[in-house]
Amino acid sequence: MNKLPILLISLLFLNLQLYAQIDGDVIKPFKGDFLLQNARIFTITDGILENTDLLIQNGKIAAIGKDLPEENHRVIDCTDKRLYPGFIDGGTSLGLVEVNSLPETQDYMELGKVTPQMQALTAVNPNAVAIPVTRVSGVTTVLTQPRGGYFPGTAALIQLNGYTPDQMDAGFRAVLMNFPSAAKAGSYDSRSAETIQKEAEKGLKEIDAIWEKATTYLQIQEKGGEVDYYPEMAHLAKVLKGELPLFIEVNAANDISNALEWVKDKEIDVVFTGVAEGWKVAEELVEANISVITGPVLALPSRQSDSYDSPYTNASILQKAGVKVAIRTQETENVRNLPFHAGFAAAYGMGTEEALKAITLHPAELFNVADKLGSLEVGKNATLFLADGDPFEPKTQIHQVFIDGYKIPMTNRHIRLYQEFLDREMKPEN
Amino acid sequence: MNRKILFPVIILTLINFTNQAQDIKKGDVFIQNAHVLTITDGVKENTDVWVRNGIIHKIGSQLRVPNDIVVIDARGKFLMPGIIDAHSHVALEAINEASSPITAEVKMGDVIDPFDIGIYRALAGGTTISHAMHGSANAIGGQNITLKHRYGTFNPDDLVMKEAPRTIKFALGENPTRVHGRGKNLQPRSRMGVEAVIRNGFEEAIQYKQTWEAWNKAKNQKNNRQVPPTFSSRLETLLDILEGEIIIHCHSYRADEIYMLIQVCKDYGVDKIVFSHVNEGFKVAPELANNTMGASVFSDWWAYKFEVYYSTAYNAAILTKNGVITSINSDSAELIRHLYHEAAKTQRYGGLSDEEALALITINPARQLGIDQWVGSIEEGKQGDLVLFDKHPLSIYAIPEMTWVDGIKYFDRKEDKTDQRLKVDPEETLEPMFLHADHVNCMSNVDFFFTGFGRNLFEHNH
Repeated sequence: MNKLPILLISLLFLNLQLYAQIDGDVIKPFKGDFLLQNARIFTITDGILENTDLLIQNGKIAAIGKDLPEENHRVIDCTDKRLYPGFIDGGTSLGLVEVNSLPETQDYMELGKVTPQMQALTAVNPNAVAIPVTRVSGVTTVLTQPRGGYFPGTAALIQLNGYTPDQMDAGFRAVLMNFPSAAKAGSYDSRSAETIQKEAEKGLKEIDAIWEKATTYLQIQEKGGEVDYYPEMAHLAKVLKGELPLFIEVNAANDISNALEWVKDKEIDVVFTGVAEGWKVAEELVEANISVITGPVLALPSRQSDSYDSPYTNASILQKAGVKVAIRTQETENVRNLPFHAGFAAAYGMGTEEALKAITLHPAELFNVADKLGSLEVGKNATLFLADGDPFEPKTQIHQVFIDGYKIPMTNRHIRLYQEFLDREMKPEN
Repeated sequence: MNRKILFPVIILTLINFTNQAQDIKKGDVFIQNAHVLTITDGVKENTDVWVRNGIIHKIGSQLRVPNDIVVIDARGKFLMPGIIDAHSHVALEAINEASSPITAEVKMGDVIDPFDIGIYRALAGGTTISHAMHGSANAIGGQNITLKHRYGTFNPDDLVMKEAPRTIKFALGENPTRVHGRGKNLQPRSRMGVEAVIRNGFEEAIQYKQTWEAWNKAKNQKNNRQVPPTFSSRLETLLDILEGEIIIHCHSYRADEIYMLIQVCKDYGVDKIVFSHVNEGFKVAPELANNTMGASVFSDWWAYKFEVYYSTAYNAAILTKNGVITSINSDSAELIRHLYHEAAKTQRYGGLSDEEALALITINPARQLGIDQWVGSIEEGKQGDLVLFDKHPLSIYAIPEMTWVDGIKYFDRKEDKTDQRLKVDPEETLEPMFLHADHVNCMSNVDFFFTGFGRNLFEHNH
């Protein structure tokens, strides 16, 4: 009986949070101790815990268990609701572009083919309108990537809360590489098959030359020699030393095979990204023990001759073959669709449990942050969300998101426009 | 008649005859024990649907059907009407005739490509009808064509939904002002110019009509020396719009431009107008409800260009709740594959009911295309366009299993063979690869206007 007033108060509190902006109040993310009571907890690493409490303290998951003491914590009733770890998108441009068609707002591409030292985190706009639009969906953490050239730059893992790039930094970087493609690029590519092949080979030769240069740079450095200021090589040397992983974007089946050949004798930390035609060469990827970040799932088949569902089944085929799979949207403003990409992969063979891993635990592992993110375990960051059903299902509502212990305002421009215009005050005269 | 002429005439007549004699295929099928999502009459549990000669003949239980009819056991499965896409560019060889701010004379019916693999892929997503549209380069573009996805035919005409009324593409905002104003230094360069182009076009059509009326009166009079006016299929088409014979489907984004065209249409007595994309339609929802045949929107696209920066994914919900006939369209070879999922997003963004959400991709687009008396719901007497899902189509886990058009099964997941192309280029040694960026869209075929323009304007899609 003594639970009832608390329940009512917490309900009121929730309501206030959801609708306070109607009155013009500004709601900021705020940190505190929150006791999430009586939830269905999808831990990812330890199954599903029924009617269980989760305590958030100092930004961390402090406890998970039955009937945790309420003490002075803010209590949120989670009866009939579910808790999930925040979803992680393995590849986006979020924060690097505001309006896709306006070059003034695009900060994802530098001049030159070899710019590995360019830092995505530098250009992340913490106030990008798309960030709050994304995080209310339960997507809390994304890899944001530069693009273009052989080595476009260094991607950064960011959490979707913070006033500066450093506050958003989720503690992971990867140097990106675009593997030269021997595939004909759409119907506008008028090059002959021979030219395409030659250009791809030429591209790989250029990359090899850069690689050799970086190797030499590292050797001189390690032997205590003087090296000139050469930021490109200094940065690639970090990949050679194993300080930074190399994420290789490669999609066509042949290119994947060639990329596997290319990395074979290199002692570096490698992840393949894109991997649209991975389903054709899954065994090779398993043999080479390469993990992949694949997607978008909601995409067209890469070839006209391919089965209509190849983009839906790709992740599942790779996962079943034994490849560790993370899923990405490759989106900017619609990263919020990550759960739907995972949901399609789930429907077309992967199953809900594995698809959940592909946007939680697996990316956390690939980004070396599995000690902080990717599952609901004591000691990990309190980056999680509360939903009234399966978050892959469109009709499910996400009720509350926490990022690093911050209670995130469940609003954004899309929601505010809805509130203002659903029932407009000034109606037309007929 | 000269023999040399006679022979080709006979041949041509024969070709013509065989073409016309080729009837559209129509089929029979009996789908048993499905959850039937009728759209207009609720959900009927454990119900049978009998399609006879391409038409839904009977809906009920324990129907007596002929012994030789194909029976589909649909126990536990969900049957809904074929999905209708009110804005698509599927099966078209060309999209934009971007040579003038008004090109009302061109017809998408002349550039149908029956070999487009996109038709099959749409069927695999349950979409049976698409409104194949002209692009958005011009304030008044070409005439669209409503297609039924009868994949497998080599004859473009077989894809045409003959019953569908004529429709035409209009476009407001950034695309026409960029292509003509900035690209070619022609009006329109601004949203003011777009209004002027449309009004001038309508006025010219009215004058054209008056000129012909004067000529028709004069031509039978004695000693008439007047020269007949020049025929213009462009102005004829604009007149047909003014006379209510053509439904306008207008590419638009911002509330101000939508409001402008509503006013223009009021001035000219035009009430057959549907707004397409309409990202800011939610701001003028009551006006759209009062004056138009509705809005056809994206589920969640925004921020790909400036005029869609102030969008909301709640657009469809706001419009629906304000009484606007609302549909969700694809404008994309990718989205047309899962419009059922796009419709489902309105349950997250605005909490639409199952009935409201499904109407967005069935009966509502049918109304907007003027074809709701034939398709858009499962009713006796309507055409046998159906799609069977293993789960409720608004669930993320739903998979379309079979799709019928006119009672003919054009897609069956179980019988899906990998390569569904109807035509393979024999000279193609290297099959092109299409990554997700390569969609045919509203601004296709206009990139050549921007060579050396400083920016890659081809990036501006939709």
